[in-house]
Amino acid sequence: MKETMEKVKEAPKKKIKPSKEPEIQEHPLESWLRMDRIPHIWCSTCGIGTAVTCFVEALKKTGIDRKDVCVVSGIGCSGRIAGYIKQDSFHTTHGRAVPFAVGLKLANPKLHVVVLSGDGDISSIGGNHLIHTARRNIDITIICINNFIYAMTGGQVAPTTPPTAVATTAPYGSYENPFNLPALVAACGATYVARWTSLHVRRLTNSMAEAMQKKGFSFVEVICPCTTLYARKNKLGSGLDLMKFYHDNSEIVHGADPNDVDIQFQTKIKVGKFVDIDKPSYLDGYNNYMKTRLGDKFKPYGVVDEEEP
Amino acid sequence: MKADAKGVLTGDHYLDGDKACAEGAIAAGCRFLAGYPITPSTEVAERIAERFPLVDGFFIQMEDEIASMAAIIGASWTGVKSMTVTSGPGFSLMMENIGLGAMLETPCVVVNVQRGGPSTGLPTLPGQADMMQARWGSHGDYEIIALCPNSPQECFDLVITAFNLSEKYRVPVMFMMDECVGHMTEKVVIPTADKIEVEYRKITDKKPGDYLPYEYGDDLVPDMVKAGDGYFFHVTGLTHDEKGYPVMDWKTQEKCVHHLIDKINKNADDIILLEEENMDKAEVVVISYGITSRVALRAIQMAEESGLKNLGRLRLLTVWPFPEKRIRDLAKKVKAFVVPEMNYGQMVLEVERCAAGQCETILVPHGGGTVHQPETIFKAIQEAYK
Repeated sequence: MKETMEKVKEAPKKKIKPSKEPEIQEHPLESWLRMDRIPHIWCSTCGIGTAVTCFVEALKKTGIDRKDVCVVSGIGCSGRIAGYIKQDSFHTTHGRAVPFAVGLKLANPKLHVVVLSGDGDISSIGGNHLIHTARRNIDITIICINNFIYAMTGGQVAPTTPPTAVATTAPYGSYENPFNLPALVAACGATYVARWTSLHVRRLTNSMAEAMQKKGFSFVEVICPCTTLYARKNKLGSGLDLMKFYHDNSEIVHGADPNDVDIQFQTKIKVGKFVDIDKPSYLDGYNNYMKTRLGDKFKPYGVVDEEEP
Repeated sequence: MKADAKGVLTGDHYLDGDKACAEGAIAAGCRFLAGYPITPSTEVAERIAERFPLVDGFFIQMEDEIASMAAIIGASWTGVKSMTVTSGPGFSLMMENIGLGAMLETPCVVVNVQRGGPSTGLPTLPGQADMMQARWGSHGDYEIIALCPNSPQECFDLVITAFNLSEKYRVPVMFMMDECVGHMTEKVVIPTADKIEVEYRKITDKKPGDYLPYEYGDDLVPDMVKAGDGYFFHVTGLTHDEKGYPVMDWKTQEKCVHHLIDKINKNADDIILLEEENMDKAEVVVISYGITSRVALRAIQMAEESGLKNLGRLRLLTVWPFPEKRIRDLAKKVKAFVVPEMNYGQMVLEVERCAAGQCETILVPHGGGTVHQPETIFKAIQEAYK
C-alpha cells in the first residue's frame, strides 16, 4: 500500500488546461456497461462489481467478437449482473440460467455463452442443471459468485455456507456440510475449474479469459462473501476486513486436488487453477459420433466455416 | 412464407398422433427440441431424435422438464423455432418457465399429451384435466394460446398453426393433445412444402441503438432480434419497460402486464379457430374438444336417430383464448349447451361464464382413463331438450 502511495506522489503531474469546460474522459468500461442503469444495486465493498469488472476485462482480453458473447444470469444479487453488462444479456428464473444458456449455445453454437450468477442459484436450486451440463461438457462458461449465503433475500443459509457461520435461517450457526464447488464440477467432468477471491483481480481476470477460451465446460468460482449480511451476522468486521481476510488467507495451489479445496469457517482457503484438461466438447462429440453412424447423410451441426485453432 | 421442403415428408402415411405432431413441428420449421421422457408423449421426442440429425435440427434430452422449458426459451432467442413435449407431471414442472416465456414474449411451443391426473395419475391412459393449468398454471397474470387437436392428421396440421401463432404473437403456445389422440394411428396426409404456410417472427429493421425490445405498434407485438446480431439487448423476467430494463413500480407493472394480456385478447378473432356444424337453427349445442369431440359425434348421431332436431356441434380447436364472443352470441339463441370433457368441469366453467344464465349449461364429466360412453353424452343431450 505504501509503495503505491509513493508512486502516486512521484508520478509526473499532468498539466491541467485552464478551460471552463473540463474534458470529461470516458470511463474505460463505459461502452461495456449499461451506463443508463448505473448506479447498480450492490452494496459498497461488495465484490460482485469487481467480478463484473474482471469479466469485462477478461472479455476484452480474449479478443472474441463481442457480438458473439451472451451473458445469462439467474436470480439473486449476482443474478443482476446480466442487467448491467452491455452484451446480449438474459435475466432468467431462479436456478435456470444454466439450462437457458444451454439452449442458447446449442441452438447457435457460434455464440460464446457465459453464465454469471450466484452460488445459491447455480448450486442449490440449479444444482441438477449444473452437474448435467458439466457431465455433458457443454461448451459454456459458468462464473459462480460465491457469497456464502442468500443475500438478496436477507442472508439465509446456503449450500455453500461454511459450517458454524450464522445466517438468518441458521441463527445458531450452520450445521450442514457445504458444497465444495470445484470438486463437484470436476467430478462431473468439467474441463476447466478455477477459484479466486474477488480481490485477486488480475488472476481472476486471467482465469475468466482462459475459461471463455476453453472448449468445453469451464467453471470459475469467485469467493466474494456478502459484506453486508454475512460479515455483520458473523461479526467479521467491515466488508473490506472480510475481503482482506480471505485474500490474506488464500493459498495459491495450482493443480490442487479439487477434493482438498473445501472451505471452512474463517480458515485458510485454497485458490488457483485446479483443472485444465482437454476432451471433446458436447457438440464435437455429437458431430463426430453422428458422422460415424449416419455417414454422408449427416451434415455436422453448427460448425462454423473457419476452423478454430 | 412456404415451408422448407427439406423437413417435409410429403406423402400418405399411417402415423399415430405423437409422430404426426413431430412431423408437423419439423414441417413448421422447428429445429430445436429439449425434452424429458414421459408417457404418453415420449414418441414425439423419439421421432424428433431420429429425424433432427438429418434436417440440421438439434434434439437434447435434458435433465428434467424445468431445464427443457428453460432451454427452448434460450434457443428461441437465437431465432430458431423451438419446442418441448411433455405430459401432466412434466407440464407442472414447466410452469415456472412458461411464465418466463410469456414475460419475455418468447415464441415456442409446448406439447402436452394429457394423461389422467392428479399427480402421477394414469400415465398410460387419457385425460383432459390440464386445460385450466394450461391457462393459469404459472403465477401472475398473462395470456396464453392453447390449441387442441382431435386426430393424428390434425396433430400434424394444427401444430403448424401452433408454431405460426407462437411466432406471430411472440407467446408460448400450448398444444393440448391427449393420450388417445397421441396414440391412435390413422392416415396422415403430408402435403408438399409449397402447400404449407409457415410464419416467422418479425425481426426488427432498426439499427442497434435505436431498437427497443418491448416497443410495439398497433398489432401489439414487438419486433424481435436474435442473440449474436450485435444489438446488445437485455431481457428480464422482472417487470420491465420498453428497453427491457427492470422497473419496480406499479405504473410499469400495469403497462407491462396489460400488454401481455391485450396482445392476445385484442387479436382473439385472428387466433380463435372453431369448427361448427348445424348452427343456424340450433336449439342445443354440444361443445367439445380433443378426443371427446369424436365421442360426441357419435352421441349427436344417436340423438338425431332418436328424432331430436336442431342439434348444433361446436368444436374448440383454439381453447385459449376462449371464444367468449361466439359463446355469448350463441347463448342468446340456444336453449342449452352440452359440454362433455374428460375432467370434472374445466372448460365448462368458461362456457357457463359466457352463457351468463341466458341458457342452460350441462356438464358431462368424466374422470379420465378412457373416453366417455356415447350414451352418456346422448342422455345429457336428451336432458337438454326437456
